[in-house]
Amino acid sequence: MIDMGVVDLSRLQFAVTAMYHFLFVPLTMGLALLLVIMESVYVMTGREIWKEMTKFWGKLFAINFAMGVATGITLEFQFGTNWAYYSHYVGDVFGVPLAIEGIMAFFLESTFVGLFLFGWNRMTKTGHLFATFLMAVGSNLSALWILIANAWMTYPVGATFNPESMRMEIDSIYEVFTSSVAQAKFVHTVSAAYVTGAVFVLSISCYYLLKNKHREFAKRSIIVATSFGLLSAASVVVLGDESGYLDGQNQEMKMASIEAMWETEEPPASFTVFGVPDKESMKTNYSIKIPYLMGIIGTRSFDKEIIGIKELVERAKHQIKHGLVEYKVLQRLRLGQSHDPDGDKEYLRNNFSNLGFALLLKRYRTDILNATDAEISKAALDTVPNVLPIFFAFRIMVACGLFFIILFTLAFYHMNIRRRFNKKWLLLACLYTLPLPWIAAELGWVVAEYGRQPWVIHGILPTFMGVSSISKGSVIASLCGFILLYTGLLVVDIYLMVKYAKIGPNQKVNEA
Amino acid sequence: MLIDYEILRIIWWGLLGFLLIGFSVLGGIDLGCGMLLPFVSKKNTERRILINSIGPTWESNQVWFILGGGAIFAAWPLVYSVVFSTMYFALLMVLLALILRPVGFDYRNKIDNAKWRKAWDAAIFVGGFIPTLIFGIAIGNLLEGLRFSFDEFMVIKNQVEFFGLLSPFALLCGILGISLISTQGASFLMMKTEEDIFNRSRKIAMIMPFLTIVSFLIGGYLLKSMGGYQITSIAGTELDSNPFNKVVLYQEGGWLLNYTKFPWIIAAPCIGVISCLLVVIVSLMRNAKYTFIFSSISIISIMSTVGLSMFPFIVPSIMDYNSSLTVWDASSSYKALAVMLGTVVVFMPIVIFYVSFVYKVMFGKVTGDDIKKHSKELY
Repeated sequence: MIDMGVVDLSRLQFAVTAMYHFLFVPLTMGLALLLVIMESVYVMTGREIWKEMTKFWGKLFAINFAMGVATGITLEFQFGTNWAYYSHYVGDVFGVPLAIEGIMAFFLESTFVGLFLFGWNRMTKTGHLFATFLMAVGSNLSALWILIANAWMTYPVGATFNPESMRMEIDSIYEVFTSSVAQAKFVHTVSAAYVTGAVFVLSISCYYLLKNKHREFAKRSIIVATSFGLLSAASVVVLGDESGYLDGQNQEMKMASIEAMWETEEPPASFTVFGVPDKESMKTNYSIKIPYLMGIIGTRSFDKEIIGIKELVERAKHQIKHGLVEYKVLQRLRLGQSHDPDGDKEYLRNNFSNLGFALLLKRYRTDILNATDAEISKAALDTVPNVLPIFFAFRIMVACGLFFIILFTLAFYHMNIRRRFNKKWLLLACLYTLPLPWIAAELGWVVAEYGRQPWVIHGILPTFMGVSSISKGSVIASLCGFILLYTGLLVVDIYLMVKYAKIGPNQKVNEA
Repeated sequence: MLIDYEILRIIWWGLLGFLLIGFSVLGGIDLGCGMLLPFVSKKNTERRILINSIGPTWESNQVWFILGGGAIFAAWPLVYSVVFSTMYFALLMVLLALILRPVGFDYRNKIDNAKWRKAWDAAIFVGGFIPTLIFGIAIGNLLEGLRFSFDEFMVIKNQVEFFGLLSPFALLCGILGISLISTQGASFLMMKTEEDIFNRSRKIAMIMPFLTIVSFLIGGYLLKSMGGYQITSIAGTELDSNPFNKVVLYQEGGWLLNYTKFPWIIAAPCIGVISCLLVVIVSLMRNAKYTFIFSSISIISIMSTVGLSMFPFIVPSIMDYNSSLTVWDASSSYKALAVMLGTVVVFMPIVIFYVSFVYKVMFGKVTGDDIKKHSKELY
């Protein structure tokens, strides 16, 4: 039997390390692009203040980048240490984009970050700008490949099951790379990263204006950040909507959970703005609903229905039963008891789509072919993620996204168009928005990953099956190690960020 | 099919070696410099010279490690899952130590305080010493065989322990790793520095190769009486990856059998020993460039020796010999290997081109004057 303690601890460890990592990633991607813009202006106009801007924001970028690299190393190896069965089961597909990320993107980013930081006096202006540009390209390409891998976990296209090697294998690399979910996820995530970079620059610049320091420096930074931020904020919401639509198409359970849609409603379904979903009773209490809205967003039509959780659970029961038929063939094949191994293999290559559902039963018994109806019902109910946190995480994320659009629009109107840099309420609003992009981004991952549960690969492999055969104590030890080290480093990182942000850019250039 | 599955597997075995050697040669520079920090640089300016001589390139060098991990994941998924979960604590220590490096380099000079710097100096030392030691120990354990087996659904059953990894042979490999990599760091510092740091590094480059030779030869001698692995029968080398398709024999001196089968591979250990001697000779002559070249060759040949001795084994199992992972039964599918080979063929030359471009741009000695002049921009 699988030790659920190890499973939960391993999940916690992955969540902690990934969420720490993602504190640094969006800022790296967003700032990198802003640095390219600022340095381009410097190269085109030759005005020193733009060089100083690139160098100053570049310094904060470097502090953040170091932490991004440090926390990223762990993630690359954690699949092997803590998710050994997962790595074996899908490495053939999932590993490929990760490896390509290394050679195509991370090398580019890491090599040119060296030139960006150390090459100022060793290259021509244009040469250095090109290095900064390649660094930014690298960091964004990196996100592309990682998100292709991540999207495959929710939408596992282009792969088939091979009973001989007992794993999923790549069938069409093209389908994996161009999956609609991957594309939408990529643009949504990088746009969110750009918003993070823009808010960061905007917020710190507004702080200088409030303190009446570095005014010229701050004004220019604000103009760049606001223009860039407004575009990105719009893109986040549009592409977020696209992601939601695709979830509706491919991952009905995630969509239903985000919206706490227990029942299948007459189309177009209503949208629950607020409520308290209760998984036990499968009801949403205190709900405030807007009629028709959900159906229109989720299906982009007036007549298609969104299937509710209860109906999806019933469907899962059937899938588990079908899966047991497939599992029976797999078991006799793997135990060497098959009378027709080649026939059985051929059968499984074509019939594996419900196998994952049968594996859900492994949580309750090893000999799942003898599962009782009660166990099948329990396993089917397991396909419902924890609705309450997902419901709220999603709503807070969306609220943040809409707020960014409003903030950047106001900032753009007052500062970029009317050149009024003295509106104190606006400067304060921008300053205090600083933590919001991070909150939104982390909650976005909660929706994506927690919302996919109980699956690690949707419909293919339950999360609890993916763990390594290691003891609880081992995971506790590593989890404590990571939390202590990461938290210590995060404190140092924030301390240095605040210190260098407060010192601000080089005074002399600013006054000139 | 353009290439046979068998050939494709051998190519990916070679590429695995290429990536790991790439990391040892280039990443070895930074690991070596890290562990030498307290010994070859004393004053603050000296330490900054040392850190800044690897400053612009260490990040790029570390990608070899990340890419190595990614490539094992994608091309040898079973190796990836078995090795990292069975050596759980070893890898955990490597990761925790490696995490200290990026922040150590970047943050050390961000606050002007002696205690602050001392703490990061310790972090940088640990970030160089611990991973190197554990990589060496890990290679020793691979040669001895790991403790794992599979059930019929390919779930790994393994014994996860840390102290069990510390056999005398593995520790010897750890020492070998330390001496090889510290030589690599020292020879790089000879190219990038002057005066005191140069002289201290030169001393390291003259002494450490002897330790390398001694531990390497003792290791080779021990292999004679140690158990090695051999495939006695296999269903085929072009079949879908399934470790159960073969029978493995574990016997004394098994790792030396490849030298009778393919006598030419004896070249690898010979070049290893010779290049170590050459490191000593050219560093006596104060020729930094050649010290670095021969040091790199010694790493390449000693790591190749391990790979060639074990071929076709990648991860043997001492718990269940037949569960051992070999080139023929631990790889990804044909399609996955082919797609990645295509990517490597296109992108590896590009990577090598721009990495060498960056090295060229940053070429030249780092001096105390540089540090003074660009104090705020440098690490």
